[in-house]
Amino acid sequence: MRVTVYVTSRRGILDPEGRAVEAALANLGFNGVSDVHLGRYIVLALDAPSKAAAQETVQKMCEQLLANPIIEEFRFEVEPG
Amino acid sequence: MKWAVVRFPGSLDDDDALHALREVLGQSASLLWHKEERLGEVECIVLPGGFSYGDYLRCGAIARFSPIMKSIGEFAANGGLVLGICNGFQILCEAHLLPGALMRNRSLSFVCETVTVRVEKSETPFTRSMRCGELLRLPIKHGEGCYVAPAEELRMMEERGQVLLRYVDTEGRLDERANPNGSMRSIAGVANERFNVFGLMPHPEHAVESLLGSNDGLKIFSSIAANVGR
Repeated sequence: MRVTVYVTSRRGILDPEGRAVEAALANLGFNGVSDVHLGRYIVLALDAPSKAAAQETVQKMCEQLLANPIIEEFRFEVEPG
Repeated sequence: MKWAVVRFPGSLDDDDALHALREVLGQSASLLWHKEERLGEVECIVLPGGFSYGDYLRCGAIARFSPIMKSIGEFAANGGLVLGICNGFQILCEAHLLPGALMRNRSLSFVCETVTVRVEKSETPFTRSMRCGELLRLPIKHGEGCYVAPAEELRMMEERGQVLLRYVDTEGRLDERANPNGSMRSIAGVANERFNVFGLMPHPEHAVESLLGSNDGLKIFSSIAANVGR
């Protein structure tokens, strides 16, 4: 399975990097930009008997290591192949 | 007192911690490699500063799964004393031995300076040789020291007195300008509910001789050493 994981800062937690990028975009003249959040994009290959089994495994990976639930949110996609 | 300092790949301040303990304080201190699973006879474990595993993913996120961390979790559950300094603090938060998390400094800049911190609670194993309100001058050097915790958790921590150190100005007053990394409520150091695990961003091991500009760090180590026989 091909897995992609997206980790971003949790809503309500101040994201100083997001703020800096937002300010830089405004300085470049891109108006109307708000709520910028930076995150991590993780791709991995996983041997799993089924999509459901892979989803269960990736959920655990995210909870235990790939994201810190105190400050981050995550979502992921699992595709055969 | 018997101490052990843990070395992870990427630890930097392990030797300074050993120097402070052995040479300056005359304590018995051993060095433990992170793959070790047995802690031996030890009364206080120090997780030193540095960049364990290159700070990959998140600071401390990978080190918390080092073999030794399981033993340290059990040691803490049995009431053993654990001190985490800087990266050690980050590891303890990632391991859920301390509440909250440490994020990128609000300024986005690495900070390297001497700060003033105020002791918020005496009568803990880490602060018992100091009085409440006492000011310490300690160095900091970190990029990810902004302490955050969910609002409800923070409220409970304050109620229980788990915030042991706060960044203040040189007069001892809370001031956002004296908060070097944007930490919530100017938090510089926190303990767990049982007060046997303590993490702080400032480096007491770099402030143990007047030649270094301050020896206030000794007060933290000697507070811990004062627990022997209690």
